[in-house]
Amino acid sequence: MTYVVTDNCRGCRYTECVTVCPVECFHVDDAMTYIDPENCIDCGGCAPACPVGAIEPDYRLPADKKFWIDVNRKRAAETPVLSARLPPLPGADERRQALGR
Amino acid sequence: MTAPAESARRVAIVGSGPSGFYTTEALLRSGTAVAVDMFERLPVPYGLVRFGVAPDHPKLKQVTTAFDRIAAMPGFRFIGGVAVGDDVTVDELREAYDAVVLATGAELSRALDIPGEALPGSHSAGDFVAWYNGHPDFRDRQLDFDHEAAIVIGHGNVALDVARILAKTADELRQTDITRHALEALAESRIRTVYVVGRGGPAQAKFTAKELRDFLELSACDPSVEGRDVAADEFEPRRPDDPELAEKLSLLRTFSQAATTKPRRCVFRFGLSPVAINGRGRLETISFRDRSGTVENIACGLSFSSVGRRTAPVAGVPYDAHRGVHANIDGRVAIGDSLLEGLYACGWSKRGPSGTIGTNRGCGIATAEAVLADLAHRRPRSDSPDALLARLSSRVARIVSYPDWTTVDAAEKRRGALLGKPREKFVTIPDMLAAMDA
Repeated sequence: MTYVVTDNCRGCRYTECVTVCPVECFHVDDAMTYIDPENCIDCGGCAPACPVGAIEPDYRLPADKKFWIDVNRKRAAETPVLSARLPPLPGADERRQALGR
Repeated sequence: MTAPAESARRVAIVGSGPSGFYTTEALLRSGTAVAVDMFERLPVPYGLVRFGVAPDHPKLKQVTTAFDRIAAMPGFRFIGGVAVGDDVTVDELREAYDAVVLATGAELSRALDIPGEALPGSHSAGDFVAWYNGHPDFRDRQLDFDHEAAIVIGHGNVALDVARILAKTADELRQTDITRHALEALAESRIRTVYVVGRGGPAQAKFTAKELRDFLELSACDPSVEGRDVAADEFEPRRPDDPELAEKLSLLRTFSQAATTKPRRCVFRFGLSPVAINGRGRLETISFRDRSGTVENIACGLSFSSVGRRTAPVAGVPYDAHRGVHANIDGRVAIGDSLLEGLYACGWSKRGPSGTIGTNRGCGIATAEAVLADLAHRRPRSDSPDALLARLSSRVARIVSYPDWTTVDAAEKRRGALLGKPREKFVTIPDMLAAMDA
């Protein structure tokens, strides 16, 4: 198994996940973060740390979100490792509130 | 091991578990010229990753590759086999270093504080975990598995680790890095029923769904839930937007409905508070009070309490008895409001035993920020790390370096390979030291 970043990260990109990842397996682009499934050790630390609930274990994803498993694998291979937090994207707090979080 | 630059600030980290390594990483990446000496009581590093993480969770142990990467950063030295508090005092460290960071974890198991807790057969879960993981201090614990039933008290992930190790067959454990003495003892186990007993209901249990899922995969044990403990609506999540809680309750409901056909059972019990441990000369039953006030006695020959841990006090460091940690304000050690200059805490010895391995990374970053902010106005040291280490070399058998550990690590892996295991640990300090020169 692995953990997977899903669509709720888009538009916020809080990156709290990066601080708590013990193996630096988060990658990043302008829109969101991605988990490298080859390096994730399934510790589960990132999922509760995400302010918008964007991270789930792969097996728990509903059918319409399973495609994020491949997106994470592919984008993690194409993007740099993020080893320290970034400021959230503009409008992140408004988006979080709109999500009811 | 390269000598740190003359101008570098010197930091001592006490403890080599996750929080010690992550605080080190944050200091060495800070851009400030800092050198870190990591003190460890044992000749081997990694703390609870070696002595706590269950042997059948090998993926989690891969985090040690991150620790090895940190240990390879310029400015890092491992100083193993030196017990702070015994071989060297905290005050000596404070004289020799610009900052001292306590990363000593939460070694002590909390007691149930009920009558009979000292009876033979009644153990703390932490001692059992340290025993099967080969901690030298626990190698000689006598554990008797010649009983039909065991009780684990507590509903956290450690309780589940203990229950799962008891529920697994020797064949399920043989190819893990469980130590040989534990595997041999568990192979003779007669335990057929493991009760996992907690005070709260299903929604209050602290264990995670991921750990609970492991119970679906056991070859010789069926998980179940005692039906009379739980009302049907307690399996319905009150917060529908919490997938973790929903999965946990769904798993417990599945356990409650499944037929039991395998030779062993793991029975989850809810709403029961322990009131006494009973027996003539050794553990025979444990009394629990249910939510209606009725007392129920459950027979067992073995029990493991898993109701929390606290930090072991260190001489020269103020202790917060209420929280069970080194007294600190956001990582700066303090007596009341008054800070002890140059002394810090991180990880479980700062904030208590909670979170996953990675939680200590965030925690270590925060403590490192406090250290770095204070370094600018730290008074000059009256001693030097090298003078201190020279004195220490006459006080201890051997000051263990990281390359020494790497030699032990390779030897353990070779021993394991012969047995089809990832490693066979050395479980005594003399054996660890001997492996360094073999």
